[in-house]
Parts: sequence; C-alpha cells; structure tokens
Amino acid sequence: MDLGLDVTERDGYAVLAVRGEVDVYTAPRFRERLIELVSEGKHRIVVDLEGVDFLDSTGLGVLVGGLKRLRSHEGDLLLVCTQSRILKVFEITGLTKVFSIYDSVDAAVSS
Amino acid sequence: MSEAVQLEIPAGPEFVALARLVVSAMASAETQLSDDRVDDLKIAVSEACTNAIEAHDASATDERVLVSCWADHERLEVCIEDRGSGFDVSNLPEHPPLTDPERLKFERGLGIPLIRALVDEVEFSSTGEGTAVRLVMRHDADLDGDGEF
Repeated sequence: MDLGLDVTERDGYAVLAVRGEVDVYTAPRFRERLIELVSEGKHRIVVDLEGVDFLDSTGLGVLVGGLKRLRSHEGDLLLVCTQSRILKVFEITGLTKVFSIYDSVDAAVSS
Repeated sequence: MSEAVQLEIPAGPEFVALARLVVSAMASAETQLSDDRVDDLKIAVSEACTNAIEAHDASATDERVLVSCWADHERLEVCIEDRGSGFDVSNLPEHPPLTDPERLKFERGLGIPLIRALVDEVEFSSTGEGTAVRLVMRHDADLDGDGEF
C-alpha cells in the first residue's frame, strides 16, 4: 500500500502533502517523516490531507503526536482537509477543537 | 443470514487493508448501504483489526485473526476475533478532555470511541483467550439517516 509524503515550502511553512491510506501499517512512515521535519528545524508545518483516501485513529495519533512535538518547540501544525469522510473522524473524536483545519494550503499559510 | 465471507489474516499491520477491502466489497455487493456508511464500516473494521493485531503482538502468538462477514436484507454483521490476552472494555483508561492541553500526551485511545460512533451496534466479548468484536450496520438506519437513499 503506497503512502505519498511530499514536502514543499510555502511562505515559511513546510507543507507535507499526504496521499493514500493512513492506517496501522503506513502510520509509522508518516510519523517518521513528521519527526524528520521537526528535527530539520521545521517548526511550522501544514499537513495537507486532501490526497488521503482513508484515515483511522492511528493517523489521528500521528497528528496528535506531531502537534505535541511542534508545540514543545513553540511551533504549530495546521491541517488542510475538505473531505467529509476524513473530517468526520476529527469531528467524532473532538479533534476539531484541537487542530486548526483549513480548506486550502493558501488559507492555512495565510492564517 | 444469506451471504457469508470468512477471511483469516496473519496478525500483521500490512493485512488490515485487506480486511477493509473484503468487508467493504461485501458491503457494496450484498447490501444497500450508502457509500458513506460503507466508509464508516471500513474505519470500524480497521480499528478492530488494529486492536486484534496489537493484542496478538502483545501475546506473542502467531495465530491468525478471523474476520467474518454476513449480510441479509436487514443488516450487515462483521465479527473480528483474535487470540490475544483480552481486555476489559468497561475499564478502559480515562483520558483528559480534548480541551485540556494534557490531552496531547495521549496519542492512542481513539479507536473504540470511533467504532462506537460509526456502527449501529457493537459488542465486545473478551476473555483471557481472546476478544471478539461484533459490528452491525442496519439498512434501516441508512434509510433513516442522511437521506442519501
């Protein structure tokens, strides 16, 4: 199962575009990539979930861990997501109160 | 129940996607559940299979996880059975509320609340010899739900 993790720079943010399915098998790669970015000094990160086909609680755990790590560096992790099936897992778990979720990368980096 | 599918998967994380694929194919082919409800079921199956695989890992058993799926005109039922050491679903650890910054210390513990929210019925049967999670999606719940039908 492929998981795409492409990083670009945008207005001082590292934008991590995730593609594919995020579950217990692929989540470790996603977590490692986030940790690498933080280790490289990228403390303002946008995770673009528009290319994600599936995300369960293991993916949520990666994002919660990433946010925690970034906040400990006085940074932030913003999300881009408009897909209702992905947003639903954030809504059910109450994580919409924890994450800032935007409609586009443009909206996130200009927030 | 008119149709049944049984799948035995090795207890490895790479096989959870296969369980999702088989259950969602069954749901799409044999039921009238909407695409949104099939997506809900896929998440619940993924959560239950993930817990099963972690239970096998913790118990160091190389037995397989059994995924069974039945459908008829009223309901779709999925059962995920593991041979782990079991757990007490009524005694799960409490996490701080989501508005509490301390909540960020916990990256886990979201799977069972997700299962409960996404399916019409869920039943956990756990003993020292394993756990069975039964998930039910009712067709009438779909008809009463978001009106997509």
